[in-house]
Amino acid sequence: MRSARKLRLGVLLLAVAVALVILGPLLWTLPHDAMDLGARNAPASLAHPLGTDQLGRDLAARLFAGGRVSLAVALVAALVGTGLGLAIGLAAGMSRRLDGPLMRLTDIFLSLPLLPLLLIAATLFRAPLASALGAEVGVFTLITLSIGATSWMSTARILRADVRSVMQRDFIAAAQLVGIRPARMVVFHILPNIASTLSVSAALAAASAILMESALSFLGLGFPPDLPSWGRLIFEGTPHLGTYPGRSLWPGAMIAITATGVTSLGDTLRAKAIGN
Amino acid sequence: MRSHALHRLAMTLPTLLVISALIFALLELAPGDPMAQLPDSIPESVRADMRAALGLDQSATVRYALWLRQMLVVEPSVALDGLLGTDLAAGGPRILSWQTRAPVMSLIAQRLPQTLVVVGLAYLIGTAAAVALGVWFAARQGTALDRAGTGMAALGYGLPPYFTAAVLIYIFAIWLGWVPTVYDTTHRVTGWDSAAVQIRQMILPVAVLSLQTTAQITRYTRAAVLDALGQEYIRTARAKGLPERRVLLGHALRNSWVATLTVIALGAPQIFAGAIITEQIFGVNGIGQLLIQSLHAGDLPVVQTVTMLIAVLIVLANLTADLLIARIDPRSTHA
Repeated sequence: MRSARKLRLGVLLLAVAVALVILGPLLWTLPHDAMDLGARNAPASLAHPLGTDQLGRDLAARLFAGGRVSLAVALVAALVGTGLGLAIGLAAGMSRRLDGPLMRLTDIFLSLPLLPLLLIAATLFRAPLASALGAEVGVFTLITLSIGATSWMSTARILRADVRSVMQRDFIAAAQLVGIRPARMVVFHILPNIASTLSVSAALAAASAILMESALSFLGLGFPPDLPSWGRLIFEGTPHLGTYPGRSLWPGAMIAITATGVTSLGDTLRAKAIGN
Repeated sequence: MRSHALHRLAMTLPTLLVISALIFALLELAPGDPMAQLPDSIPESVRADMRAALGLDQSATVRYALWLRQMLVVEPSVALDGLLGTDLAAGGPRILSWQTRAPVMSLIAQRLPQTLVVVGLAYLIGTAAAVALGVWFAARQGTALDRAGTGMAALGYGLPPYFTAAVLIYIFAIWLGWVPTVYDTTHRVTGWDSAAVQIRQMILPVAVLSLQTTAQITRYTRAAVLDALGQEYIRTARAKGLPERRVLLGHALRNSWVATLTVIALGAPQIFAGAIITEQIFGVNGIGQLLIQSLHAGDLPVVQTVTMLIAVLIVLANLTADLLIARIDPRSTHA
């Protein structure tokens, strides 16, 4: 009962955030980077429901645009991180030879100071990637790849344990006996049995990716002002906290809603997976 | 037990070596030139001299070996010289900041106290509150208090620190005006009045950091105490008529220490990462701010040394957690 309510809450919070981000721009078509210098620092009004910033850009439009970036980063980074974790977990769980080295690698990655390393990567690789792929794609690739590359460890560990226990089951021995190819065994015999763990890991990875991206942007090392994410909006709004508090509180609230929604979704799914 | 401890100790050094190589390689792979900001009018020969002065004319392997030697031999002996008045370092090359040409370790020594005071105090308060709250919620399991408390903990887990900081600054510093918005690190404590000012300016950063800690650790403590409360010795303790307080603190909490201490020890270095953000919000000039400033200035010796320092702290915390658990619960070493 309690877990059902928590699941509903998680889905509701996430749905609110996603609906705002996807439907918002359809209803509110003002571009997020259009400057209206006549209406700088405008308070909330019918023309600008959340007011404007110091360059006269509409804050509601920027909030929607920021959400698109933040959610896209969360999705892609979670895919990269979970994909890496899945590959390493499968390899370590299926092969005794690879198990030791891969788990040592996981341990080492778990002892890395992740935020400093992400900050270093985001600073030093920004210019070359931006010149190679274009400014927006470059920053997006840099941030999603570096978050993904540093968030696979817990997924790999959990999946390795799961894969190992699946490998002990009789149907695996039977499949091996008929000479099944490893790829086919992974797709038809192992993946269906670790799917619930995998989805929990992916949900939690998405929540931490949103938080990590916003931390990078908050420190001024994430997205540029013309491609704002929620973290970037908080970064821009913090100096004006005393005069225009809404500027950083709205994006902050959106991050909190999304992260809490995804986390409680993941928690409930995990509780269900353990219960079953 | 002893062989387990020795094994763990023996694994620490290779782990640190691999981490240092990873950090160095990341900085080395990054394209970018510390001379890029200089005007074009500087002739090539002068540029070459400047590179040589920074040690950049050497190959990457040589520079990595030098960095290792500086961290393992030169800097510890300089520290010993300072303590004992000996001359072990004998003028060996120290790690120098490109920006200030000052030894990186003295920059760190200037910054570390501010970080430690704020971060350390926050972690102490946060963990103490978390253990107390965890036991309290577990004792009242299923009541409205427990539900509200665990709900708050889940919320605190999802709230990013810069958001709680922004809300707290808005309410307490700007709206109510009780505390200053920015931490003044030049403030010296000389008497009661200045001590009061110091305490007032520490309240918000410490509160933000300890909220985060409390939210994370309360969940684990509550779960561990609940786990212990379901055991048979609790029924025995209650059956022989012990007061509920003794049952909770003497039996349930005592038996949940292993799980709780693990989380506390493992979480300690992560707080340094959280401090990077909190220091940036409140303008505390600690280690985190040093890292960010050096990154923006491209001062790589400072960046790699501070990052390595945090890595050492993480590895040491993992080791401590492992040894503590082995000491409290010897069964874990035979698993």
